[in-house]
Amino acid sequence: MSELQRPIFNFHGGLDLPGHKAESTSAPVADMPLATRFTLPLQQHIGEPDEPLVKVGERVLTGQVIARSAEYISAPIHAPCSGTVVEIGEYAIPHPSGLQAPCIVIDSDGRDEWAELPAPWPNYEEMNPAELRERIRWAGIVGLGGAGFPTSVKVNPGPDHPIHTLILNAAECEPYISCDDMLMREQPDKVLAGLAIIRHVVGASECLIGIEANKPEAIAALQLALEHSGCPDTHILVVPARYPSGGEKQLIQLLTGREVPSHGLPAEIGVLCQNVATAAAVADAVLAGRPLIERIVTVTGQGVAEPGNFRVRLGSPMNQLIEQAGGYTAAAHRLILGGPMMGFALHTDALPITKAANCLLLASQAEAPEPPPAQPCIRCGRCAEVCPALLLPQQLYWHARARDLDKAQDYHLFDCIECGCCAYVCPSHIPLVQYYRYAKTAIWSQERDKAKSDIARRRHEARLARIERLEAERKAKLRKKKEALEAKPKGRGTDPKKAAIEAAMQRVAAKKAAQAESVNTQTDVAGQTGNADPQSPEA
Amino acid sequence: MEFATTTSPHSAATNSVTRVMAEVLLALVPGIIALVWFFGWGVLVNIAIAAVTALLAEAVVLRLRGRPVLATLGDLSALLTAVLLGLALPPTLPWWLTVLGVLFAIVIAKQLYGGLGYNPFNPAMAGYVLLLVSFPLEMTRWLPPAGLAEHVPSFAESLRLILSGGLPTGIGWDALTGATPLDQMRTGLDMNRMIGEIRQSPLWGSVGAVGWEWVAGFYLLGGLYLIWRRIISWHIPAGMLGGLFVIALLFNMVDANTHPEPLFHLFSGATMLGAFFIATDPVSAATTNRGKLIYGALIGVLVFLIRSYGGYPDAVAFAVLLMNMAAPTIDYYTQPKVFGQRENGDG
Repeated sequence: MSELQRPIFNFHGGLDLPGHKAESTSAPVADMPLATRFTLPLQQHIGEPDEPLVKVGERVLTGQVIARSAEYISAPIHAPCSGTVVEIGEYAIPHPSGLQAPCIVIDSDGRDEWAELPAPWPNYEEMNPAELRERIRWAGIVGLGGAGFPTSVKVNPGPDHPIHTLILNAAECEPYISCDDMLMREQPDKVLAGLAIIRHVVGASECLIGIEANKPEAIAALQLALEHSGCPDTHILVVPARYPSGGEKQLIQLLTGREVPSHGLPAEIGVLCQNVATAAAVADAVLAGRPLIERIVTVTGQGVAEPGNFRVRLGSPMNQLIEQAGGYTAAAHRLILGGPMMGFALHTDALPITKAANCLLLASQAEAPEPPPAQPCIRCGRCAEVCPALLLPQQLYWHARARDLDKAQDYHLFDCIECGCCAYVCPSHIPLVQYYRYAKTAIWSQERDKAKSDIARRRHEARLARIERLEAERKAKLRKKKEALEAKPKGRGTDPKKAAIEAAMQRVAAKKAAQAESVNTQTDVAGQTGNADPQSPEA
Repeated sequence: MEFATTTSPHSAATNSVTRVMAEVLLALVPGIIALVWFFGWGVLVNIAIAAVTALLAEAVVLRLRGRPVLATLGDLSALLTAVLLGLALPPTLPWWLTVLGVLFAIVIAKQLYGGLGYNPFNPAMAGYVLLLVSFPLEMTRWLPPAGLAEHVPSFAESLRLILSGGLPTGIGWDALTGATPLDQMRTGLDMNRMIGEIRQSPLWGSVGAVGWEWVAGFYLLGGLYLIWRRIISWHIPAGMLGGLFVIALLFNMVDANTHPEPLFHLFSGATMLGAFFIATDPVSAATTNRGKLIYGALIGVLVFLIRSYGGYPDAVAFAVLLMNMAAPTIDYYTQPKVFGQRENGDG
């Protein structure tokens, strides 16, 4: 097959990690039964949070849009079940800090009655990309690999960036996670259909499917489906299982040999990456008119009795999902959302499953050991050897530690993808990624402060300028008036109207003077005021 | 259910500073055995004195600085410094000089700068240079290698010599000690003798000097082990040996009578020890890959220049300390291009 002829390139650094995929791939994907209560955070995507469209007490149907935002970078949220909205308020969401955020809470009526859905578009090839994008947008699809960026925005890179290569990111390089693997094994046709739709939307001339060599079943299933589908110029490219091959930039380099520019987007080199589950969701949205209300979640680790993959309605409580996977074992020590390298630890299981939740890792003490106390950096350079972004992690660490944020940026802090390779190999057990996160947030907050003070400064300057301008205008007006008045005596002859008035007034004054010959004093006053008025007020 | 949280990544390789240091110590073992074989027990006595002094000094300073004592001693860095310094000292050196050198290395060169990871200079070499500059006579009293020596001191004699300065009965300093090969070469050249003449002496072996070349060979072996175990990268040793080789070769090609061949330089003195164990001390070396090559190569060139034209027969300690000063600058100018800034093969 053609994939054998294409070269696989290499990326710098990375780690060969134990995969731990087998634990969760022995059984097919199981459906998690409908929960009784669903909690749906209003922001499950990168961008603007949604506004609720429903009220407490309102009945909703499965698939009904219950929240959306008018902003471009956003994705609507749909009811995952039929039932009643019981509350709209602040609830704990899956966030590293245990943050609370606005959520819609729905009690299921257990009937799972669906709302009226838009028409399926099996002949999507006849639709234009804008219509398809609008459908993807309606369906609330975001990057399901964990990023959560609205897909409708991602598939619209704009006319400046024509896309020639569409990459399906099927690497799933993080240990333990297997939801994409299982999806490809069980529904390869849907994945390929989604890929074909996205390809039509962006107008790519070829599709590359990048998949790690540790998923032979998925590769075989995709190959079979590909032969049947007859998708032209679509190639399955098997890459070595080396973390982080599934990093967007790393996968693009592996498959095309090209580097996405620093601080740039893949679209700048004509490439677009989409995750497997995202492609399947696009297929659902376009071919079946179904919105994104469920996803496959891997529940694994030594802390759970029966690891596996589950099809879960969004908003389902994690603790019920864990029950579904046989419940906790005595070894359960840490709850990680995502994988062991980039996932974040949760302090409780009383949280909802969101769009970006790909894996719940119930790690044992051995799987996620307590980090030993950090020792001083001995500058051994192992971190630089494994850094896929070719950074100098230890210099970054020194500068982040010294709060020298400018220097940290000089050393390309923002090219760090937080893959964790450096911290993984560090002999001094320094939580390097944490330092980089700290430095990044410190810079962001500095920039926010700077933007704020810039606005304040601009306001202040604008106010000063306005005052100055008004003052200048006032002075100019006065000057004009003054000039006009000073110019009057000379210009009097040229203005017959004014001359006439003047003459009339003089006549009146003369008349008055004649009339009041007897009352001398009053005549003088009247004559003065009459003359003084049109003349300079300062006089 | 509630859980404790930590930050990602949640798993780590089983690596530690202790392991790194222990591997380096392990890699030194063949070289130390060869040293003891050729130069007697005094080597081990020096190492033992240095080790005890280093651990005590580090413990006291850590205590004064309010740092965890046992955990820090357990990183083995003080022990490694002591071993590196101890094996570089002549096996006849009075004990208090070893103590002085180690105290300077641990207290001044390492802990006063902030301890492990913060010292700009290689502590062992700082201690060595202090002793060499202050006590040149004592620091050059090496024993001739076994087989050439009139008298090889026993363990008890070595101990007595080092602790009390007492010579074995009936043997004077001149009979006991001899100049190092580098010293002999230097003295010979200063007396306008040709390399060929100088090398007539039974002191010389196939590439370096008898005994010394074997020690160097075992250091090389240990160094290759470290590269294989990924404790050090190949860049600094390659740079240093390459730099020294190339410049020695150039001069040797110009005038082979006054400039020994490059292999002599590689297998004499502290070249191998320096290339794999001293210059590679990550704390005080350059850290970028290109930087490491430059750093190593310049050490090699300095070693040659000081050996050939400087005031001391060997030069590794001086060369390393000089380049320690240049390491931050080298790092600054050799930053690698990050992902997305390298040349894109537009295809």
